Amino acid sequence: MRVDVGQVEEAAKQLYIRALKLLPPDVKRGFDALARAETDATAQGILGVMVRNIAVAEATDNLLCQDTGIPIYNVTIGRGVEVDGVALKEAIRRGCERATREHPLRSSVVHPVTRRNEHTSCGRGVPVIHFDFSGAPDTLAIEMVPKGSGSENNSWLRMAIPAEGVAAIKAFVVDCVLDAGGKTCPPTIVGVGVGGTADLCVHLAKVAATRPLGSRCEDPEGAQLEAELTAAVNRLGVGPQGLGGDSTAFAVHVETAATHITMNPVAVNMQCHSARRARATFTPAGVEYGF
Amino acid sequence: MAHHAFTTPVTERQVRDLAVGDTVTLDGTLFGIRDATQIHLFDRGRTTRFDLRGHAVIHTAPNVRKVPPSAAHPTGYAPVCIGTTTSARMERFTGPLMRQYGVRLVIGKGGLGAASLDAFRAHGGAYLAIIGGTAALETTWIEAIEDVDLDDLNPESLWRFRIRGFGPLLVGMDSRGGSLYRDVDAAARAKRAEVLASLGVKAS
Repeated sequence: MRVDVGQVEEAAKQLYIRALKLLPPDVKRGFDALARAETDATAQGILGVMVRNIAVAEATDNLLCQDTGIPIYNVTIGRGVEVDGVALKEAIRRGCERATREHPLRSSVVHPVTRRNEHTSCGRGVPVIHFDFSGAPDTLAIEMVPKGSGSENNSWLRMAIPAEGVAAIKAFVVDCVLDAGGKTCPPTIVGVGVGGTADLCVHLAKVAATRPLGSRCEDPEGAQLEAELTAAVNRLGVGPQGLGGDSTAFAVHVETAATHITMNPVAVNMQCHSARRARATFTPAGVEYGF
Repeated sequence: MAHHAFTTPVTERQVRDLAVGDTVTLDGTLFGIRDATQIHLFDRGRTTRFDLRGHAVIHTAPNVRKVPPSAAHPTGYAPVCIGTTTSARMERFTGPLMRQYGVRLVIGKGGLGAASLDAFRAHGGAYLAIIGGTAALETTWIEAIEDVDLDDLNPESLWRFRIRGFGPLLVGMDSRGGSLYRDVDAAARAKRAEVLASLGVKAS
């Protein structure tokens, strides 16, 4: 399958706008699950407002949250897909710029030193574009994640040591949730990276934070940690918006990678309750949009 | 747990009457302010032509659309989506905002810290919590962008919005030393050892 980069540009534009307006169904179900279990009246009220906002955004064709985030595009290239990689990256960048200008969207992206905003949602190294490969024949998938800063500003890496064991990982996650308090717009998806190098560990935490609710870590050790940590952080009582209650996290998600004999790294990256993402899948039949 | 309907600007007495757990709905004028706005006002010696005395500020940077200036859109900006950002980054500006500009109410998400609580007590102010991430709803409470200053910082300009039925907002911090955020944080940290024990981890 040969990929038309013009279609990629259009999809990159549509994906940014779609992600900002439509919350994935798994996240909506996540709200339902939290509301069923929440015992605090204030927290129930807050969850109710969040659910109402999702409906208002759909009814008024507006953005769920004003934070247009840092745009991230995750590209997965299947077997037999023919595409010029450089042209693909340029097309995604153009689509991101067009979404910002044509919708219009607030450009939340500035140069890190001068703080200059080009009003394109783009800059050096942004949009963030990741490439991966899959065995799916004649399929190109592009996932778009507008990563909000309230949650992204609460990101941590700890290079623990082997002698501290898995206890260091568990305690670190609990302490990060405590330190985040209401700043991350809880209820959150708490993404945890375990193992790898420093940079891989942080990347895994982001992958975990942006995975659909209901998905499980493929590593059974990671899945076990997910179950234990989800129950644990929801016993802290931080609650929606840090104002108290049972609903601190939709879930703790964990991703693991092998690490060095001397290392025990753990990273945490959070996703706010506006856990936005959108997906376009290119096949010979055309482009299909989903989550 | 009283409900208060205020039209801005408000008096010190009105604000001192607020207690954590109360709810507030605002009408009138609301000023949008953000990191860069306050860095320029307080660190770089810039000033604003707006009179903020007795007013409410909200931690925001809106999505706007450029339109031809008209009676409805005098600044040439129409609102697209207006929401609220995390307040904690702007902690050190609460005192100066109140002392130098006479601001009485700060609207934000996630709460502010001890220095802000001291400022609320000293000058008569309060923090009103909005539900972060619910900007589509919040936008329906904004009637117009009436004016804008320091617009070279766009989108972190100093915005003047006209609002109607803005809320209900929850009083998260009051002028009597009350802070829901401090109390929830303390209660959560008090549970740390027990939660770690449930994970088979001894608290250090």
